Amino acid sequence: MAIPFRETLKTKDFVVTAEAAPGKGSNVAKTLEHIELLKDKVDALNVTDNQSSVMRYPSVGVCLLIKEQGGEPVLQITCRDRNRLAIQADLLFAYSRGISNVLCLTGDSVDVGDHKEAKQVFDLDSVQLIHLVHTLNSGKDMAGNELDGAIDFCIGTSASPSSDPLEPQLIKVEKKLRAGVSFIQTQAVYDLDELKRFTEFVRKMDENVKILGGIVPVIGVKMASYMNENVPGIFIPQNLIDELAEAPKGTGVSKGIEIAARMIRQIRDEKVCDGVHVMFIGREDRVPDILEAAGLL
Amino acid sequence: MIIAERKPIAEITRALAPYKNVLVAGCGTCVAVCWAGGEKEVGVLASQLRLARGAEGSQISIMETTVERQCEKEMVTDLKDRMAEVDAVLSLACGAGVQTMAEIFDDKPVFPAVNTTFIGRPEREGMWVEMCGACGDCYLDRTGGVCPVVRCAKGLMNGPCGGTRKGGKCEIDPDKDCAWVLIYRRLEKQNRLDLMREYCAPKNFRAVKRPGRVQAGKA
Repeated sequence: MAIPFRETLKTKDFVVTAEAAPGKGSNVAKTLEHIELLKDKVDALNVTDNQSSVMRYPSVGVCLLIKEQGGEPVLQITCRDRNRLAIQADLLFAYSRGISNVLCLTGDSVDVGDHKEAKQVFDLDSVQLIHLVHTLNSGKDMAGNELDGAIDFCIGTSASPSSDPLEPQLIKVEKKLRAGVSFIQTQAVYDLDELKRFTEFVRKMDENVKILGGIVPVIGVKMASYMNENVPGIFIPQNLIDELAEAPKGTGVSKGIEIAARMIRQIRDEKVCDGVHVMFIGREDRVPDILEAAGLL
Repeated sequence: MIIAERKPIAEITRALAPYKNVLVAGCGTCVAVCWAGGEKEVGVLASQLRLARGAEGSQISIMETTVERQCEKEMVTDLKDRMAEVDAVLSLACGAGVQTMAEIFDDKPVFPAVNTTFIGRPEREGMWVEMCGACGDCYLDRTGGVCPVVRCAKGLMNGPCGGTRKGGKCEIDPDKDCAWVLIYRRLEKQNRLDLMREYCAPKNFRAVKRPGRVQAGKA
């Protein structure tokens, strides 16, 4: 039996989660392989919700698979695809099936995905979504009706410590903290001073919330430039790009793993924040290598 | 004002293919100001239609007119005499004008020649930008006069998403400003940032019961 994530957040010095990205189609064989590989090596597996607005197998479906395999799932919910009725219904369903962690997100625009002509919902935003989970946790729905069977989710959300300008983002983080979250998972960070400043900002407002630094290994100069130019809220410093450039041909992945592991060690040793969330999309099979190199296995 | 864009000529000629006597009716208000459906655009479109039909070797007789406000029943009713001579109407008005025309002359097919896009304002010569979502629940008082409902690509009410680009541009279009960065800067300038820190509860989408109807003097 996996330890409930809520307990892990309270008791563990350094929390480690990884991302589980559902596939496109009803074949879950690969997803099951990743779950099997990772479930006992991390404290929770966080399942994306139509990530990057690309239609996939549902987050709640993979969370159930994780549960069935004996892992601890975190259900990501975005505001893009469902209105307030659908979100509440999904939360009730998830909780009734043993899923008790939720990550409340805004969601990417449909413009970046593979169904660009879809109507995006955004009936709620991420701050309102956090309030909604608290309302359901209190035994009522958003309309004030009593629930037959309460729920009790451990609530998390995301933040972008590298945003420019940062101040409007921090005001939103303040609102999320006031709404009440147990953990914050950051967007991929490469500048640990930035992450440290973010942690200090959050600490001033809330001493108990746990911050998990987002780790996305960069496996080449091309990927680094692409991310710097195209992925909002991400900034890969030049010294990392130079280090990648110096890596011999064909060693990009291992270099990326080495850099990611080094960052994780530094985050842990210097107590930059309370843990890490590792996102190695498409290379989930290599996540254990990162954890091992970081001394976490 | 209401902003519209002319439909592609191929779509219009396809719709009008079966008709020989067509009234091309512009509107003298919003769509005239945004260069989509005023008197001048009526003339241009009528010429394009005549040319297109001529190239196909099929005849068309076009009457041109521009109603001051095509969304007003009385003004549209004034076209009654001309209607006897046409078998279809091509309206360059916004959706409200097209529907008024179609309702008054309900024995004739009425085709839209423009796509009505948004409520906006001119930004510079030949460019208009969206400003208002007609949500029926205005809170520009809390956002420094910048509307997040339509100027934020996601209509977020409590601050920016995590996708803001460098320098405060929108996640999905680096040419557009992030509405929440604009709101932040405006409120900071006015020393009213506390407004941005206030929690905004979920929007009441019943503020306008669709289809909308407003009765004067009810406030």
